[in-house]
Amino acid sequence: MYPASFEYYAPASVEEAIALLERYGDEAKLLAGGQSLIPLMKLRFASPRALVDLNRIEGLDAIGEDDGHLAIGALVRHKDCERSEALRGRYGVLGDAAPQISDPIVRNLGTVAGSLAHADPQGDWGSALLAAGAHVEAVGPGGTRTIELDELFHGPFTTSLEPTEVVTSVRVPDPGPRAGGTYLKLERKVGDFATVGVAVHVSLDNGTVRRAGIALTAVGPRNLRARTAEEALAGATLDDDTIREAAELAAEAAQPRSDQRGSADYKRNVVRVFTERGLRKAAETAQAA
Amino acid sequence: MTDTALESGALTRSLTVTVNGTGRSAEVENRLLLVHFLRETLGLTGTHVGCDTTSCGACTVLLDGVPVKSCTVLAVGVEGREITTVEGLAGAGGLSPVQEGFHQEHGLQCGFCTPGMMLASTALLAENPDPSEEEIRWALSGNICRCTGYQNIVKAVQYAAAKMKEAS
Repeated sequence: MYPASFEYYAPASVEEAIALLERYGDEAKLLAGGQSLIPLMKLRFASPRALVDLNRIEGLDAIGEDDGHLAIGALVRHKDCERSEALRGRYGVLGDAAPQISDPIVRNLGTVAGSLAHADPQGDWGSALLAAGAHVEAVGPGGTRTIELDELFHGPFTTSLEPTEVVTSVRVPDPGPRAGGTYLKLERKVGDFATVGVAVHVSLDNGTVRRAGIALTAVGPRNLRARTAEEALAGATLDDDTIREAAELAAEAAQPRSDQRGSADYKRNVVRVFTERGLRKAAETAQAA
Repeated sequence: MTDTALESGALTRSLTVTVNGTGRSAEVENRLLLVHFLRETLGLTGTHVGCDTTSCGACTVLLDGVPVKSCTVLAVGVEGREITTVEGLAGAGGLSPVQEGFHQEHGLQCGFCTPGMMLASTALLAENPDPSEEEIRWALSGNICRCTGYQNIVKAVQYAAAKMKEAS
């Protein structure tokens, strides 16, 4: 399979990339890792007139602490996250998600920011980063804007990004020292999309929950936040009853559909079980910190 | 703007890469995939097209030492970089330890997945010279052997690891 013909640009700066996006509008696509875009182009689901390759832009490939946030640059690959010490402990929801994405070879190229911009409802990063309360920084002709992930995802493969904007960084607020989380994914085999994924991220304050983030993969038209479950946890102690109640609420928040990967009932049940397991692990990490 | 950004409207581009240690240049279509550049432009048919959908790993090559699926990489995207294909594994002294391992341990049946398996294994051993069985299976989990010859593939990598240890 071959992509349709396109013009190719490899700008050396974000400003140049934006100038190209201004020239081509929604006829341009940005290329980062290409592990979703190139298959789409081969299948002719995407046939951009111009491809703007971000890989020659320097300074977008770092993971680091920045102003109370963990900042993940637009060219950070899944593999970088899998290996990063910074994504363990209180950022465990991210460190646990990374090695479960696709397969080890795809992870060498695919990027975190690209995954968010692609907005596949079966994408793992969307849930892990929603749970962690992340936002993206998008740069366009008018400057930089912050987009909360909840506002970024509109529906399947659609986001609130303008055609002239480039996501330059994904930023996760520091949850404080007593925090933990994990990502649980059910997949039929390595490299498959999630049947169900659940991301859990909890921060504690004097033994009670300061903030809880729970987000669900592949059980809705986009990565979903289980808000009622998050609210039930806020201010609570993470005991068995609270955890079980939150897991029930998360299962209710899911919007699964029956398909070849499982029935809707089955998927909803997996959400419940994974939320419960995830909260127990998150509590363990947060309390041990 | 860079010169590339000024080449408005062009559907082809001149490409220079290093393949198995040798500089190669060609005028290529922007849409040309790396696997087709290797197979058709350069005639290096050791890299196989399997699923063509980023699933099977038969087209795995090393990009600056890192395994990638060449059916999902644009040739123009690897300008200036180094590619290693299965044709580049053997040295002046003969087969590489990984190739020898696949030979000795019968790590192939039909052989279709073998180039990708050997490149992924080569990258693993460069980074982790003494992997556990689980680490080998994990590193090769993006490469599918449809003959299901995984036991011997794992043994082949273990053979190569032992051989490299001996030599060092």
